[in-house]
Amino acid sequence: MPRFAVCVFPGSNCEEDVQYALQNVLGELAELVWHKESSLAGYDAAILPGGFAHGDYLRVGAIARFSPIMDAVRAMADDGKPVIGICNGFQMLQEAGLLPGAMLRNQTLTYICRYLYLRAERADSPMTQTLANGEIVRIPIGHADGNFYADDETLDTLERDSRVVFRYVNEAGERDESSNPNGAAHAIAGITNEQGNVVGLMPHPDRCYEPELGTDDGRKLFESLVAWTKDHA
Amino acid sequence: MILDEKLEAHNLTRDEYDTIVSKLGREPNDNELGLFSVMWSEHCSYKSSRVHLKRLPTKGPNVLQGPGENAGVVDIGEGLAAVFKVESHNHPSFIEPFQGAATGVGGIIRDIFTMGARPIALMNSLRFGPLSVAKNRSILRGAVAGIANYGNSMGIPTVGGEVVFEDSYNLNPLVNAFCLGIAPKERIFLAAAEGVGNPVFYVGAKTGKDGIHGATMASAEFDEAAEEKRPTVQVGDPFMEKLLLEACLELMESDALVAIQDMGAAGLTCSTCEMGARGGMGIEIDLDKVPKRETGMSAYEILLSESQERMLLVAHAGKEAKVEAIFDKWDLDASAIGRVTEDGLLRVIADGRTVASVPNRYLADEGPVYERALERPASFATQTEVHADDVDEPSDLGETLVQMLSSHTIASKHWIYEQYDHMVRSNTIVMPGSDAGVVRIKGTPMALAMCLDGNGRYASLDPYLGGASAVAESCRNLAAVGATPIGATNCLNFGNPEKPEIMWQFSQAVDGIRDACERFGVPITGGNVSFYNETEGVGIYPTPVIGVVGIIDDATKCVRHHFQQPGDLIYLLGETHDELGASEYLKAVHARIDGRPPRLDLDVEAALHGLMKDATSQRLLRSAHDLSDGGLGIAIAESLFGPLGETMGAAVAIEAPRRADGVLFSETQSRILASVAPESVDTLSALAERHGVPLSRIGVTGGERLDIQINGTHAISEMVATLRETWWTAIERGLSS
Repeated sequence: MPRFAVCVFPGSNCEEDVQYALQNVLGELAELVWHKESSLAGYDAAILPGGFAHGDYLRVGAIARFSPIMDAVRAMADDGKPVIGICNGFQMLQEAGLLPGAMLRNQTLTYICRYLYLRAERADSPMTQTLANGEIVRIPIGHADGNFYADDETLDTLERDSRVVFRYVNEAGERDESSNPNGAAHAIAGITNEQGNVVGLMPHPDRCYEPELGTDDGRKLFESLVAWTKDHA
Repeated sequence: MILDEKLEAHNLTRDEYDTIVSKLGREPNDNELGLFSVMWSEHCSYKSSRVHLKRLPTKGPNVLQGPGENAGVVDIGEGLAAVFKVESHNHPSFIEPFQGAATGVGGIIRDIFTMGARPIALMNSLRFGPLSVAKNRSILRGAVAGIANYGNSMGIPTVGGEVVFEDSYNLNPLVNAFCLGIAPKERIFLAAAEGVGNPVFYVGAKTGKDGIHGATMASAEFDEAAEEKRPTVQVGDPFMEKLLLEACLELMESDALVAIQDMGAAGLTCSTCEMGARGGMGIEIDLDKVPKRETGMSAYEILLSESQERMLLVAHAGKEAKVEAIFDKWDLDASAIGRVTEDGLLRVIADGRTVASVPNRYLADEGPVYERALERPASFATQTEVHADDVDEPSDLGETLVQMLSSHTIASKHWIYEQYDHMVRSNTIVMPGSDAGVVRIKGTPMALAMCLDGNGRYASLDPYLGGASAVAESCRNLAAVGATPIGATNCLNFGNPEKPEIMWQFSQAVDGIRDACERFGVPITGGNVSFYNETEGVGIYPTPVIGVVGIIDDATKCVRHHFQQPGDLIYLLGETHDELGASEYLKAVHARIDGRPPRLDLDVEAALHGLMKDATSQRLLRSAHDLSDGGLGIAIAESLFGPLGETMGAAVAIEAPRRADGVLFSETQSRILASVAPESVDTLSALAERHGVPLSRIGVTGGERLDIQINGTHAISEMVATLRETWWTAIERGLSS
């Protein structure tokens, strides 16, 4: 049975939601690992959860990348194991250089907590393996800095190599302005690295894994993670 | 400084000073005068309100801790307790909206985790002047961003609340913040210092020169110099508080802790003397050991600083290393600054000298208590009922409905609540914008519902009714989601208590709250009074805000406010009278703020709650929505709009012996709008009869339009999407004006 490490930084606040989804909903083994640890030996996947690591006072994710645990996270990524960053975790992966681009302040200049529609742009990533290509899921965002930015060259590369994992769309699956409230370039909600084992996404599957929470579409993303991890063990 | 000037600067009267001298048997030194100034301020001592608050019911079978501690505690079963309180941060939020509101949230969160509870939900009750005034727009933007910044960073969802706009709050906004936490019932921590020789620790952020005399500032009116008081507002650091929260909860799991209290208003002074007084002990502290942000702070400044994110705790002697190790893990300061003594004195040492020495109880318990003069205002007697026939009949009720939905008090608050993280912790099962916030309790079948309600307009026209209605509406909101109330907290926002008419309003409101709480069996377990809400001598509407917490035994029985299925039958529970006095309709459409607010019969209200309890526990209702601002017309419209953008139409036909606008917009109390599957109708009718609640079938759900006929005549026919767009965007439009 794979073991999932949920890395906890000072200021993280979604670690228990991720753990609950994996452990209580899917029956997997997920443990919280403090950021001062320097090893992730024995774990098959790492998840960097959402929150406000170190208060996000400098630049989102900018201090967290210096935590001892980040060397272990990088080693896991190099080993081809799944490394997932959700929201603040995505921002940390960008700061650590494991994923490209940066997050600007939302174009509204406000924090936005809202259910949005996402389109899965590829069905072979650790977070989309059990989805159909092009499947629409409804998953909330909760961030002030989710306005994905990268230079044109990087954006071209991401598109050419099909490294966009999720895009913000409307209910019909089409891109439009109102479906992309943070203003992300190319409506990007999630991307992967060249090897396809590191995924960052701004929306929170950890907030919608049971229908009473609004939708249970987030469950599908965690099921993907479990399946992908087992397939690549 | 001569004495009179000194007293004025400390907001103390000559009589109060004389009392201090006679108690001490000597003149206080400057540090001691500062201690008395903050502890005897209205904000800390409740000197004007205390005699009235005694009338509130505070006991009940589930109450584990009533008023007097950092927060109230109620048994919720499953070995758990709910810890909750509401508190105002009105004055700072006017002076500096972002930090004022943010630190209001930070303060109430500390009150909750101080008791050993993990905070799981926040709400807030906000009141602003009209958005047509630029300053009010900036206060709204600042306060909302501040609340969002603090609550979001803490990882605590903001699940509900209320936002009201009235001229009366022009340049005197109200920001009332509520927090609820969950603790093991057997492990509640109190703030009573015990054990002579036990070490006293200071933990959390360092002390700076911010917020000095904040409590005293909050105990006076504003004038044109209010802006100059900005240095009395504290600056929040939610990241520090998040660390403090986790470290304190970890410490509480250990066996090292005796007692703990947060440093809020009046900072180190208040926490020290209150902890000492509660335990009947003395406390000696050495200011040289207090972690400081800057050099050159005087004893006076250190004692009165209201720097945020600090706690004072008493540990068991011999367990100091354990305390230090836990705070070290979280990279926080934990400094032993003193010890518990047996002489009952707050003794403050600086530079090896005693700089203040005062019995704790003088400061914490023996402040002045005033029975201030009460006087009923002459205008009270002249308020009369307002009926539909007293106003011009609108020619197009569809247009009137649109006008009402555009009223900022009624319009969707999504621009506000979407800035709050309302989903973190993945327990929120009713989204904001509904009757109540509902969070499930993982590991149990239950959920907790909570809401904040108040109607300043009603209270200004009839303060007794305003107090009672706030309780009734809160309990009705809980009934609508299927919850049974277990306890309440109140935040009483009023003007200057030295004015007899204001004090009369206060006394009346307290009586109204008492009577309603007693009738519904809901004890008040704590709260807060905010006086001196006046700018340039003009007081706000008296605004009693009530927060009620309720239990839903089985979270799957929680009811949503919006229509769920086409073909369901729409019922009105309760009776409608022609009561337009003090209504939103009168204000929004006829520009009138007068008349007698709708009557409240506590027995009728209680019968409705009884019916709802049975109907929801038998799963008879597909949806239920409380009727309040805007009456039936607005309740119907809001039931068409789901929280995730879903909509459903309805066809409504009502027979009533009065004009259509009176039917649609009367604010008669004790009513709920419900939708019911056809097969549940007979059971519901029988139940309603048993509870003595009138039930009328008024329509059916479905389609894309809202069609309303009254007495056989077509009144409203609008596309749901159009109505929703108006309602959804009104506040954004107001902000961009």
